[in-house]
Amino acid sequence: MINKTAAEMSSALASGEVTSVALTKQHLERIADVDKKVKAFLHVDSESALAQAASVDADRAAGKALGPLAGVPLALKDVLAQEGVPTTAGSKILQGWKPPYDSTVVAKLKSAGVVILGKTNMDEFAMGSSTENSGYGPTFNPWDLTRTPGGSSGGSAAAVSAFEAPIAIGSDTGGSIRQPAALTGIVGVRPTYGAVSRYGLIAYSSSLDQAGPFGRTVLDTAMLHEIIAGHDPKDATSLNVPVPAVVAAAKSGDVKGLKIGVIKQLQGKGYQAGVLARFNESLEILSSLGAEIVEVDCPSFEYALAAYYLIAPSECSSNLARFDAMRYGLRTGEVDGASAESVMNSTREAGFGREVKRRIILGTYALSSGYYDAYYGSAQKIRTLIIEDYKKAFTQADVLVSPTSPITAFKIGEKSEDPIAMYLADVATIPVNLAGICGMSLPAGLADEDNLPVGFQIMAPAMQDQRLYNVGAALEAALVLKWGGHLISKAPALGGAK
Amino acid sequence: MALSYDDVIAKYEPVLGLEVHVELNTESKMFCSCSTTFGGEPNTQTCPVCLALPGALPVVNAKAIESSILIGLALNCQIAPYSRFSRKNYFYPDMPKNFQISQYDEPICFDGFVDVEIQTDEGPKQFRIEIERVHMEEDTGKSLHVGGATGRIHGAEYSLLDYNRAGIPLVEIVTKIVPGTGKYAPEVAKAYVAELRDILRGLKVSDVKMEQGSLRCDANVSLRLIGSDVLGTRSETKNVNSLRSVERAIRGEMIRHAELLNEGKKVKQETRHFQEDTGLTRSGRSKEQAEDYRYFPEPDLVPVAPAATWIEELRAQLPERPSLHRKRLKEQWAVPDKEMAAMINADVLDIVEQTVLLGADPTKARTWWLGEISRLANEKDIAIADLSITPKDVAEIVALVAAGELTDKLARQVVEGVIAGEGTPAEVVAKRGIKVVNDDGALMAAIEKVCAEQAETADKVRNGHVPAAGALIGAVMKETKGQADAARVRELLLGHLGQATN
Repeated sequence: MINKTAAEMSSALASGEVTSVALTKQHLERIADVDKKVKAFLHVDSESALAQAASVDADRAAGKALGPLAGVPLALKDVLAQEGVPTTAGSKILQGWKPPYDSTVVAKLKSAGVVILGKTNMDEFAMGSSTENSGYGPTFNPWDLTRTPGGSSGGSAAAVSAFEAPIAIGSDTGGSIRQPAALTGIVGVRPTYGAVSRYGLIAYSSSLDQAGPFGRTVLDTAMLHEIIAGHDPKDATSLNVPVPAVVAAAKSGDVKGLKIGVIKQLQGKGYQAGVLARFNESLEILSSLGAEIVEVDCPSFEYALAAYYLIAPSECSSNLARFDAMRYGLRTGEVDGASAESVMNSTREAGFGREVKRRIILGTYALSSGYYDAYYGSAQKIRTLIIEDYKKAFTQADVLVSPTSPITAFKIGEKSEDPIAMYLADVATIPVNLAGICGMSLPAGLADEDNLPVGFQIMAPAMQDQRLYNVGAALEAALVLKWGGHLISKAPALGGAK
Repeated sequence: MALSYDDVIAKYEPVLGLEVHVELNTESKMFCSCSTTFGGEPNTQTCPVCLALPGALPVVNAKAIESSILIGLALNCQIAPYSRFSRKNYFYPDMPKNFQISQYDEPICFDGFVDVEIQTDEGPKQFRIEIERVHMEEDTGKSLHVGGATGRIHGAEYSLLDYNRAGIPLVEIVTKIVPGTGKYAPEVAKAYVAELRDILRGLKVSDVKMEQGSLRCDANVSLRLIGSDVLGTRSETKNVNSLRSVERAIRGEMIRHAELLNEGKKVKQETRHFQEDTGLTRSGRSKEQAEDYRYFPEPDLVPVAPAATWIEELRAQLPERPSLHRKRLKEQWAVPDKEMAAMINADVLDIVEQTVLLGADPTKARTWWLGEISRLANEKDIAIADLSITPKDVAEIVALVAAGELTDKLARQVVEGVIAGEGTPAEVVAKRGIKVVNDDGALMAAIEKVCAEQAETADKVRNGHVPAAGALIGAVMKETKGQADAARVRELLLGHLGQATN
């Protein structure tokens, strides 16, 4: 049953064709089978997953009303706090820490009966685009085990792509859901900022972070989206508005008469030929389905990457200050005569990886007196210009589109010594985060030159997340028809796959 | 060579700046729902938010916003239609997030003033203290540094951390610079803090207990030559934990600055700590190298934007201003200026008012608190408010005297007993067996005994030298253990010795 979609599993559970315990066991077996190659998980919690599954089965047998994904297994990015379960954000500094509380996303998943299989690997504190920055070693792309799955939510994307879980939770600060979804041939959505509570999401950059769903289909992703979204009084930036009807949109998928804007700045130079070919093919399909394709100009996007690499490090330099060895996590340097300050220094030196230190230093510098206006201040101004570019573009089109990533999955180690090359992997996804709007990546096929998945990005205005699912579902349906099945069915079997 | 205060003010003009931190008395903390009760077991009033666990987020306490607006309105401030929180970044073990959420360039209230009145050589004089800003922030936890000589983090063997206080809502009230107070600077500062305390108490937004730290004052002082308009270098004195200390700290700093300046030395811009025992300050951390707090807007919170209608509702709720309240009491009680000032200065006005509200005559109530009770407080070197005698006790004592059941002298014994912890006035009277001797027979027996013992003095009185009776009356009082009514003794004694009473 692991090759089914979450929606199909949901029906099978409802009809009694399978129990949640059986379904969970199949996924745990799959994890045991392939995860030594993929390394998607940092922690697999078989016991509690099976207990959760048994409890859903019991509720179902008792005739209790259950949510649509009750009993369906899920992989959780290790950035979200789960009570009593090791939560590290991919960092050595949090090795062994077990939160005494559930993040709001986890609380919502639990109350919906979703079975949490375990915690997935990620770039340390979500800083990275390849999952190579994890303190616990890289995750490997199921399509080609010599390549990265993207990042930072690479573990969650790889788990879904390798059929270790039908759905997963990631977080997206600059593209960390959409880019790995693109590189692993699945669907990933970054919801509107404030749509999903950040309470219990270990902060990287507070004004950009947003948790969101992964699935192998647009509908599966929408079903998970609907469960985790909604107002949360524990997050002051949480939006107090109704959750958009994303599942309904994913079921309709009609683009007739819609205007689809192609962003001039997010194509061309720096984009792989195979990526552009698949992107243009998808545009033709949308056009043939009755959408009007227009080009929109977003001149400030040129500065988006630079602005991002000032704002995100600035916020992270402050957010990560709490890791000081005083109350939880790693503590080193406790030798005779050590001061609190020397223990803090020693712990942070030992516990943080290179990229995290790089960003803390960058952010500390950008916020320093005398530099604030030139760096952080200017970056905020660019952010405003990007918001204005989007506003204008959304008067010309209902949704905007671009390739998700300029390139397909790259080799492990290929960019890990060159931060700037790595940062460019997020050039097309970052503007969405800076503007606080929503975006989706869905598979557009394989690039001719390397036979690796290409992602198609759809962007919609804040709290118009249903538009992503509407357009995504329409394109997906046409592509599935064309391919004779979902792209993911073309993924390598990874030995042992059924 | 120590300068006298008069030497200082003959040459220099002090310029003040006062920063007062007020712990709000909200039930829950500034950004989470933990209790704010004082004195709990260490680390029992904490949660993921105030311990800064990974992933936890702050949410602003609406009651704290309301209290801050009330404070701003009471201090004649403008209320910002839109203000933000910022992060003040620095590492310290008792600050869980290693940044403090505080308002930086956008305070919730700004541009206000407070008028205070003090007694000067030329009579009562009013000074206007201008308020720069009122802003919200959160308190830190508490560190206890164990071992080491200084009780400070450097040199300590180990440190204990209590995060119960971390996240308690604080309001900081910052004055503009206060020039023009001349030699009255210490009194003006004290009167300002007292006025602020009374305003805050009236608003019921804080316990305003300086000794528990719910109201803390940092005093900035600088000196400049009289006539100069260039500001001198200031020092910032912390740990000023009583009204009396405000006055002492400023006076002490003025003398210290003047001594340095007279010797041609520079005043260092630094934080100093007031030492309650010596009345002096000692050097804290130097501020010459200004710390870089890397302020930036707190991205986890949304701006504070109180509705104008809400602000007006709060304005309508403001209680009577303490200065008007005092004016009303002065008229109602018909108190002379000097006595009124004495009550304010001794900080007993509230207590006297409470005593009067419990039925005591205003003059009697005032006399007790300003007289005998103040004297005992001074003797014990503690604040009147900390004595274990209450307005209710004093009202009861005044009533007993009025009913003739106590003489003034006996009443003083009762006051002493109550303060000594012997119970209520009635209990002290019972335990000590205090009662007025108004049995003329017993008094006459004592008078006859004394007159026999001091026959020479008695004869003087018999011969018309009435002032000599004082010694005999004293002896009779002693004989009756002070329980007699002195007036009655005098009457009987003079009658006994053939002298008319008048």
